[in-house]
Amino acid sequence: MILGKVTGTVVSTHKHAAYEGRKLLIVVPIDENGANTGDPFLALDTALAGPGDVVIVLAEGNGVRQVFGKQGVAFPVLETVVGVVDNVEIGVLDDREIGVLDDREAAR
Amino acid sequence: MFLARVIGTVVATVKAPGLEGAKLLVIQPLDPAGKDLGGPQVACDQAQAGPGDHVFCVGKREATLAMPDPFVPVDAAIVGIVDAVENQ
Repeated sequence: MILGKVTGTVVSTHKHAAYEGRKLLIVVPIDENGANTGDPFLALDTALAGPGDVVIVLAEGNGVRQVFGKQGVAFPVLETVVGVVDNVEIGVLDDREIGVLDDREAAR
Repeated sequence: MFLARVIGTVVATVKAPGLEGAKLLVIQPLDPAGKDLGGPQVACDQAQAGPGDHVFCVGKREATLAMPDPFVPVDAAIVGIVDAVENQ
């Protein structure tokens, strides 16, 4: 999966049945700091996401069909929003570092 | 999936088996602001689109899943007509 930021929506009335009843979101891929890492793309929403949200995007066909309960069915959807991100933390927490963090917490 | 504009049609008499009757269109991928994103591609139409239409497409293996037979050599399919793009 990748991180993305929802920047808009697409309105369409005439579309393949697989896209009926779901929001089609415009997503820009971002890195852990929120910087753009590529070109915008469209993703089908399963997580009640909307413009401004940082989201998790799944772009693997079999996983996507599993999300929609469409295993073994012709379901032409690729990028899918599968989560809304609350927070991203980067860093390794091993036992020693947890100790260091505990010391820092105590010092506050 | 990605946004695109249909910029033309392709006529091919000799095609791979399974592509007989497929409508091939030339699409120009777009960003949400309507600016070109990379070069044009050939896509199979599954949304009754025509030149000038603003469409959205699915690429890679999933493109074939929009076709009547999902085992055809296709890597882009038009799956919807765009009415409006709402940018934040």
